[in-house]
Amino acid sequence: MAKIMTVDDSASVRQMVSLTMKGAGYDVVEAVDGKDALAKLKGDKVDMVVTDLNMPNMDGIELIRQLRALADYKFVPIIMLTTESQATRKQEGKDAGATGWIVKPFKPAQLLGVIKKVLG
Amino acid sequence: MSVEIDTSAFTEEAYELLSELEDSLLELEESPGDQELIGRVFRAMHTIKGSGAMFGFDAVAEFTHEVETVFDMARNGTISVTKELINLTLAARDQIRAILDAAGGGSPANEENAQRIIAGLRGLVPGAGGGAAGGAAAAKGKGKKPVVEAGPHSYRIRVKPHADIFANGTNPILLLNELREMGESRIIALTDDLPDIGALDPEQCYLSWEVFLTTEKDENAIQDVFIFVDDECDVNVRLLDREENLSTDAEPKKLGQILVERGDIDQEDLEEALQPLGDRLVDAGVVGKDQIRAALTEQQLVQEKREKKKKAEAATSVRVPSDKLDNLVDLVGELVTVQARLNQTSASVGDHDLQLISEEVERLTAELRDNTMSIRMLAIGTTFNKFKRLVRDLSLELGKKIEMTTEGAETELDKTVIDQLNDPLVHIIRNSIDHGVENPKDRLAAGKPEEGLIHLAAVHSGASVLISVADDGKGLDPQFLKRKAIEKGILPPDVELTDKEAYQLIFGAGFSTAEKITNVSGRGVGMDVVRKSIDALRGQIDVQSELGKGTTITLKLPLTLAIIEGLLVEIAHDFFVLPLAAVEECVELSRDRVANAHGRHVINVRDEIVPYIRIRDRFGIEGESPEIEQIVISEVDDKRVGFVVDRVIGQHQTVIKNLGKNFEHSEEFSGATILGDGTVALILDLQKMVRFVQHEEAEENSGGE
Repeated sequence: MAKIMTVDDSASVRQMVSLTMKGAGYDVVEAVDGKDALAKLKGDKVDMVVTDLNMPNMDGIELIRQLRALADYKFVPIIMLTTESQATRKQEGKDAGATGWIVKPFKPAQLLGVIKKVLG
Repeated sequence: MSVEIDTSAFTEEAYELLSELEDSLLELEESPGDQELIGRVFRAMHTIKGSGAMFGFDAVAEFTHEVETVFDMARNGTISVTKELINLTLAARDQIRAILDAAGGGSPANEENAQRIIAGLRGLVPGAGGGAAGGAAAAKGKGKKPVVEAGPHSYRIRVKPHADIFANGTNPILLLNELREMGESRIIALTDDLPDIGALDPEQCYLSWEVFLTTEKDENAIQDVFIFVDDECDVNVRLLDREENLSTDAEPKKLGQILVERGDIDQEDLEEALQPLGDRLVDAGVVGKDQIRAALTEQQLVQEKREKKKKAEAATSVRVPSDKLDNLVDLVGELVTVQARLNQTSASVGDHDLQLISEEVERLTAELRDNTMSIRMLAIGTTFNKFKRLVRDLSLELGKKIEMTTEGAETELDKTVIDQLNDPLVHIIRNSIDHGVENPKDRLAAGKPEEGLIHLAAVHSGASVLISVADDGKGLDPQFLKRKAIEKGILPPDVELTDKEAYQLIFGAGFSTAEKITNVSGRGVGMDVVRKSIDALRGQIDVQSELGKGTTITLKLPLTLAIIEGLLVEIAHDFFVLPLAAVEECVELSRDRVANAHGRHVINVRDEIVPYIRIRDRFGIEGESPEIEQIVISEVDDKRVGFVVDRVIGQHQTVIKNLGKNFEHSEEFSGATILGDGTVALILDLQKMVRFVQHEEAEENSGGE
């Protein structure tokens, strides 16, 4: 089964995303911010990344940019969590190389729908 | 789907974030220009809002959204961090805390206070207050096209990804698959842009696609597939089957016309190349081969749709009352009979010309008969659908979870058979729901999925149709059935039964295995009704069961009731017809074999003892039986039984005539038929005859004890 990383500084969002994905049978790796994610991803290849944008240390956009520079993550689907008020951030994320986005708040079924869409 | 999530994780985190927010705000008061601090405040509120909404704290989310919107502007530098902003944000922080406390059982938060804070924050925004919040809502409704009328529509979707689409981790194949799942599709890859292998950059996308999709979904749903690739992919969706495209009078569009309409070529290109069109266009380099292929597919699609429409129109145009059809079938029956006479007569006259005509009439009659029968054939699907409702309602009533699946709904059967099949099937399915499938608790305990399954299937098998009702319930227990039967005095205590015979007990009159009477089994209808109806249809019932795994009841029914394939036999000068479906073989019965059996009516056929019934004795037909008689061995109720006749004449296609009121009590006959020379032959009901004889013997035995 595919392995997915969730990156979020909010423990509750991480928990919700991670429970949803585990419930659908995916393996889940958690990271608290961009830095943590990069460190974990260099040792452990995942099939998809779901990341928040606003995080301390390294935000989601920088994480996407850095991941796309790695050979292993050049073509891996990356989904960013955005809010409606962040149209410009969404564009920044896309420019950095995000595959798609989910607007917060979202329901578990929506998250799974997006995963299916980009991961197959 | 639903995921149960503990909200305490959120409240805990929110309290933590709030105290962090307080610290950051106080620090920010000291150094109002610190971007890092502003970022921290924004993030804290952003998280509270986002997870608040996800965990069902809508009040928190709504309120925080207002605060966040204003603070976002501070972050962008649209407004500066003032003492007033900090004061209001601190007040907002306390308000969020109050809302959380209220949700946790504290006193309700002060709504006026919230309004005052929001109003104050909005007042800080230059220009119209609250404009930011309105913008997002307005953006939602943009770009939606008017919805077209319902029903499946055909679309042409051009998907042209930009060369760098892979850089965003997008896999275009998944997008195509998504379209594919929406309905019936044909996808054509346009490979004309593909460079030579040497020049090919594997990280670039050179392909584009034309998708022809027939779907119930509307254009918005198609556009939604491409929501993430707005910037990386050109998508063009066009509805193909507008009325003018489908109206059956208009000429289908020509290839050139389609190409022009699609903008692949212009009218001049078309006129220049108008003779061998596709090839010329390719030669001229105006369009690629793939584009021609795509256009041809489009043309074909529209044509096919139109064909379908035509067919549908034609199919709905005949409606005939069924009694007219019944009349027609009767007449064809008469014709078949007369034709048999013609055959016989022409054979005996020996006139070559007459024989030729007779053969021609025979061919036409057979065709006419088959056609007439096929008119009365109906798909069993509508009956199946009725049962879906039945299963749904009954399982609900009994507190069971049952899913019904069907197979072979298109199987055709004579209308009269379908009509008479309804009741027995209802009983069988009821029985499965009530006695077969266990309640959810027992199923889980037995290691089965909570939801039971009833599978209804119909399939053709030779001149019969097999209809089976299978459940994955607890199965039949042959020992239990036997015990019940003995308790009720249906069977003697020392009876020996095979499992198969035990299963047949459920069809006995007054036999109920239900331990308690439920609403369903208390309706006063038993499985014996099933047997009676299936007998009347000249069908057979087969029961397969495995204890703990489930039961399958299979009905074997003739395709039609009006005509049967029979075996014509003769006793003295009387003719009888045995249904050919039951006949297995014919063997000779010589006088010395009868003598060897010492008065018992059995015969040894290849080391198998087969009981037989002498029809001559049974009907009291006078006269001497021939030296060598014939035994027609048939399968009746899963047992082999022989019927002794004088002579086997041969296969005979029989049109069944009712015997009429005078003979309605002669149960051993299911009807009569008229032979070619006008003689009447009776059609034997083998099952009834066997049961009759068994019954008589049982009475004799008990009377003798």
